Amino acid sequence: MSKVIVVTSGKGGVGKTTTSAAFATGLALRGHKTVVIDFDVGLRNLDLVMGCERRVVFDFINVINGDANLNQALIRDKRIENLFIFPTSQTRDKDALKREGVDRVMAELRKEFEYIICDSPAGIEQGALTALYHADAAVIVTNPEVSSVRDSDRIIGILASKSRRAERREKPVEEHLLLTRYSPERVQKGEMLSVEDVKEILSVPLLGIIPESETVLKASNTGMPVILDPASPAGRAYEDAVARFLGDQREMRFQLPERRSFLRGWFGRAAT
Amino acid sequence: MSLFDFFFPKKPASALVAKERLQIVLAHERAGRESPDFMPRLQKELLAVVAKYVAVNEDMIRVSLGKAGNASVLEINVEMPAGERPLLKAKPVPA
Repeated sequence: MSKVIVVTSGKGGVGKTTTSAAFATGLALRGHKTVVIDFDVGLRNLDLVMGCERRVVFDFINVINGDANLNQALIRDKRIENLFIFPTSQTRDKDALKREGVDRVMAELRKEFEYIICDSPAGIEQGALTALYHADAAVIVTNPEVSSVRDSDRIIGILASKSRRAERREKPVEEHLLLTRYSPERVQKGEMLSVEDVKEILSVPLLGIIPESETVLKASNTGMPVILDPASPAGRAYEDAVARFLGDQREMRFQLPERRSFLRGWFGRAAT
Repeated sequence: MSLFDFFFPKKPASALVAKERLQIVLAHERAGRESPDFMPRLQKELLAVVAKYVAVNEDMIRVSLGKAGNASVLEINVEMPAGERPLLKAKPVPA
């Protein structure tokens, strides 16, 4: 059985690509054969975050147009077994992902992979609709901030009405809330919406809390999914989220500010 | 409450303001999203019927679907030209 997971948010810049990369890597680390697909035609970035930008030869559009077959376009990750990256094209034609072509490719991928992660573009235009259409599950990436929460609400509505499951009146797309760039210190000061606030407003089950962390930028600088950084709190949080997705029970970490020891505060910079 | 809080009263936390604003705006947007596709057509056809009897134009008829407790309320407002007696009033239908 294969499962298609869309990573979506409505709003841009909340961490969809970071999440897609981390999530796909996490699933592969747990032994599941996984592919992560970039649906952001024209603004391809998953390749950079995954560190395989120099290995892209053929892309999603080439496969759809029949210029290459799937195996020629799939990039095998050099670090993790069972992990593949399917890059998109840099074409300016935003409607290049034709419906029938995407249907055919998804059907083919379903035969090969256990998990298919779809990294959605921002917005609610055709690109985002194509990315979520085949989804069995959705990871809704949300920042604790008004515009992101509102846009997430909008995308939740779209999942319920425009997905293939909705069209066919099948079981609805499984929804998972992932709260990213969370800052427990600011929540405690009353400057940031809390986990409970966002859960209450969106009423979607919480998959994880990813703390705001400098290590996310460092990881993308070097093209390494942040989940592979053992010292990164965000990486650990992604690991927890993947485990929960697979049915494990994990305590929800990073909800409260980390206590800093006196010595660490003076002599060492805590990894944040 | 400490003496400090007494002399320097706190402003309401901005996160609380954010939550309240979101709840209001989303309640409104969700209601709009759930309005069925037939609404524009219904409005047009109702206008045609009313126009048979009274001289009305498009701006004078307003159809909306709202909620009152557990029931959905289909509200039809027709603005009458001066001198005419109203024919239609808001009418609730069960959900």
